[in-house]
Amino acid sequence: MDLTLHVWRQSGSNADGRLVTYEAKDISPDMSFLEMLDVVNEGLIEKGEEPITFDHDCREGICGACGMMINGNAHGPQGGTTACQLHMRSFKDGDSITIEPWRAAAFPVLKDLMVDRSAFDRIIQAGGYVSVNTGSAPDANEIPVPKADADVAFEAAACIGCGACVAQCPNSAAQLFTSAKVSHLGLLPQGQPERYQRVVEMVAQMESESFGSCTNHRECEAACPKEISTDFIARMNRDYFAALFKGKRPASAG
Amino acid sequence: MKLDAKIPEGPIEKKWDEHRFHMKLVNPANKRKFNVIVVGTGLAGASAAATMAELGYNVKAFCYQDSARRAHSIAAQGGINAAKNYQNDGDSVYRLFYDTVKGGDYRSREANVYRLAQVSVNIIDQCAAQGVPFAREYGGMLDNRSFGGAQVSRTFYARGQTGQQLLLGAYQALSRQIHTGKVKMYPRTEMLDVVLVDGHAKGVVVRDLVTGEVSSHAGDAVVLATGGYGNVFFLSTNAKGCNVTAAWRAHRRGALFANPCYTQIHPTCIPVSGDHQSKLTLMSESLRNDGRIWVPKKGGDNRPPGQIPEQDRDYYLERRYPSFGNLVPRDVASRNAKAVCDEGRGVGPGGLGVYLDFADAIGRLGQDTVSAKYGNLFHMYEKITGENPYQVPMRIYPAVHYTMGGLWVDYNLMTNIPGLYAIGEANFSDHGANRLGASALMQGLADGYFVLPYTIGNYLAQHMGEDVTTDDQAFKNVEAEVAGRVDRLMSINGSRSVDSFHRELGKLIWDYCGMARNAEGLNTALEKVPALREEFWNDVRVLGSAENVNQSLEKAGRVADFFELGELMCRDALDRDESCGGHFREEHQTEEGEALRDDESFSFVSAWEKKEGTDWQLHKEHLEFEYVKLTQRSYK
Ligand SMILES: Cc1cc2nc3c(=O)[nH]c(=O)nc-3n(C[C@H](O)[C@H](O)[C@H](O)COP(=O)(O)OP(=O)(O)OC[C@H]3O[C@@H](n4cnc5c(N)ncnc54)[C@H](O)[C@@H]3O)c2cc1C
Ligand code: SF4
Ligand code: FES
Repeated sequence: MDLTLHVWRQSGSNADGRLVTYEAKDISPDMSFLEMLDVVNEGLIEKGEEPITFDHDCREGICGACGMMINGNAHGPQGGTTACQLHMRSFKDGDSITIEPWRAAAFPVLKDLMVDRSAFDRIIQAGGYVSVNTGSAPDANEIPVPKADADVAFEAAACIGCGACVAQCPNSAAQLFTSAKVSHLGLLPQGQPERYQRVVEMVAQMESESFGSCTNHRECEAACPKEISTDFIARMNRDYFAALFKGKRPASAG
Repeated sequence: MKLDAKIPEGPIEKKWDEHRFHMKLVNPANKRKFNVIVVGTGLAGASAAATMAELGYNVKAFCYQDSARRAHSIAAQGGINAAKNYQNDGDSVYRLFYDTVKGGDYRSREANVYRLAQVSVNIIDQCAAQGVPFAREYGGMLDNRSFGGAQVSRTFYARGQTGQQLLLGAYQALSRQIHTGKVKMYPRTEMLDVVLVDGHAKGVVVRDLVTGEVSSHAGDAVVLATGGYGNVFFLSTNAKGCNVTAAWRAHRRGALFANPCYTQIHPTCIPVSGDHQSKLTLMSESLRNDGRIWVPKKGGDNRPPGQIPEQDRDYYLERRYPSFGNLVPRDVASRNAKAVCDEGRGVGPGGLGVYLDFADAIGRLGQDTVSAKYGNLFHMYEKITGENPYQVPMRIYPAVHYTMGGLWVDYNLMTNIPGLYAIGEANFSDHGANRLGASALMQGLADGYFVLPYTIGNYLAQHMGEDVTTDDQAFKNVEAEVAGRVDRLMSINGSRSVDSFHRELGKLIWDYCGMARNAEGLNTALEKVPALREEFWNDVRVLGSAENVNQSLEKAGRVADFFELGELMCRDALDRDESCGGHFREEHQTEEGEALRDDESFSFVSAWEKKEGTDWQLHKEHLEFEYVKLTQRSYK
């Protein structure tokens, strides 16, 4: 099939960007979306133009590196699918596709479709872990975990940190990402000792980054390639208020 | 050069404990005086960096992705082995040790493998305590499954995302240390060389992948945890960025590269769909428990699978290996698939595929049961191929998956360069000529959590107060070399893209040094690979600038190193005139078509030393087997 692409090109974080139109010819329906971009890039290199920059690594929907707005949808039109797992059979001959980077103040563009998502790492660094030194753990079966709890914790832990939730949110809020980690650990017995301190630390870090506030649009859930539920946001809010009630304050607040 | 593996004395079950007792310790107050550089933050690197920081060392950690959470380890599906014997089915440290040495076709070091089996149990404890959501039984205890033909259930798993959950555990432990300031993390930073001062590894030269800046970092020891080199084949199940550059640069500075020809080909991957293919996707091996593998009896039979009647089908694994059938080991399954496709009986585009058929299983168990077991895999298959495997058989084909070879290390995981360590898939250590399923995650975490953090102390304790800084001339020299190489790649300005060279190189290595090798083919490759490398250095086209993000430049540097590695792989494969594990020399097979070892002549690790130009010298580390009895595998 033949397609017309409108791709965001921006040479660096301080440069102005614009949409540039490219024709993508002879695209096979079996190609992944990123393979389609590979083909376009090979054509650009041949013509002596710089190829389009985009993050990617595993190309199996698990590393969370890839991500772009495809006709206004984070990761494209197919639900529960990352850009790398989207295949061109989702499009038809003659389609026009607009491809842009994640748009969020907290995710500045580095080049073309590549953005800086280090704010997510800082949220995890603020408290997204269980503080257990290597070697100090008891036998794994000494802490039984009810299967139902383990299963729900897993649903939350499946987040790949791609940033689609932020990109799709009209407010660029990071609640879905943050609540996924808060819930993963908060649902397990191992995560209990730090449960309330963790949530205040992570929320404080989230609020100190340039994310917006959550006003319950729930577009994040629809865009999330791992179909993380907004129920976790509600859960995080409950833990957060319980934590405040218990007098927990982020360490940085003194 | 004499290779000393530094294997401790004493009975195998005491070696590690005794060794730990005799190692020199760095006292707690002194630990903060040491700086350790860790390159790579996959399972091996993240666990090592976090643990060393917990012990008090200052760590600088580097990775090329935008976050440590994205390392290739994230993609591991199946699980992680540990000799917990929670299922009470007769597993033990000794059995895991034995299975691993045997599975490696007797080409690994007994002492290392025994230690791996010993610490495997601690890994599960550590990960569970971190909150890794392993699969559970209804009583709340950990669940296990049997994996890759093992006769006991010792594999721990987290749905089909075990690697992801283990890596997130390690990443979180690392994040905690970043928060305390004990680890300084450098994402989007690629190591391009190691710096030696008086023969000791004292730092690295890196390139910032955003600004293009080349800079130096000094430390008291350097740890490479940079993963495997399967991407030399271009098409593999590895993430696109996986590379050999860090290990190769160390090799060029004198570190020996061991067993480069040992690569693992996984039998159940989704076949190539066209020339655009950029990577291959693994389908869990568990599918072979219920799927039946077949091809048409006659070549050129183009009927849709549903219209090919039973009598025209060849269930070739069941026919050739009546007792193991579809569950023969990875290498046997892979080679047989290649053989039937080479006979012209392959299915799907290009004839490079075989059917994996669930019709019988669906008939026997019902679609619901099949879906409960494999639903996510069926879903993934449909997403990629657009075909519904409940209705038509899946098509599968083998793909490159893992590399057993890597930097040579001794029992302490130190390379032959003092102060330079290699852990995880980047070293050659524990899997011999073939890795068992669910053992790579185990090894990466064993190295990172439980081995390296202790053995490195023994080295550091002997090097107190040797403060080396990046002002040392050695750093300036290496920086200049790195910058020169970048300039050279940028200035060739030829006519062909990096990918086009990489694809061509990958095809050469796959054709001549892939699933089956022979002397003639390897000699051909040894002519073609250097010729293509020449062409690469004269005709590659890297556009843009080196002063900001330039993905073509990143790839070009990696592919340049793959060229040299590819040549060494063929050298090694030619030199190893026997078959063993993943290394199948067509000249050496049993009547059953099984790999035929030559223990008399080849019970050694091949450790290659880089000489001038593209010459290498072979050093042999002879392998002694005191505990395991060497036998010939048979799956009839
Ligand atoms: C699809 C798939 C499924 C698998 N499933 C299983 C399984 O079920 N069980 C099992 O045991 N094993 C499995 N394996 C194997 C296992 O996943 C890997 O062997 C293991 O994760 C490797 O871990 P590592 O830490 O050594 O390296 P990696 O996870 O590859 O990490 C390498 C790190 O090095 C960094 N790096 C590399 N080069 C540089 C450089 N030059 N400069 C800076 N940083 C660099 C990267 O950024 C990354 O952080 C699977 C492999 C694949 C491909
Ligand atoms: S919550 Fe979903 S969309 Fe957001 S980062 Fe995680 S996986 Fe991506
Ligand atoms: S490239 Fe890894 S999720 Fe898309």
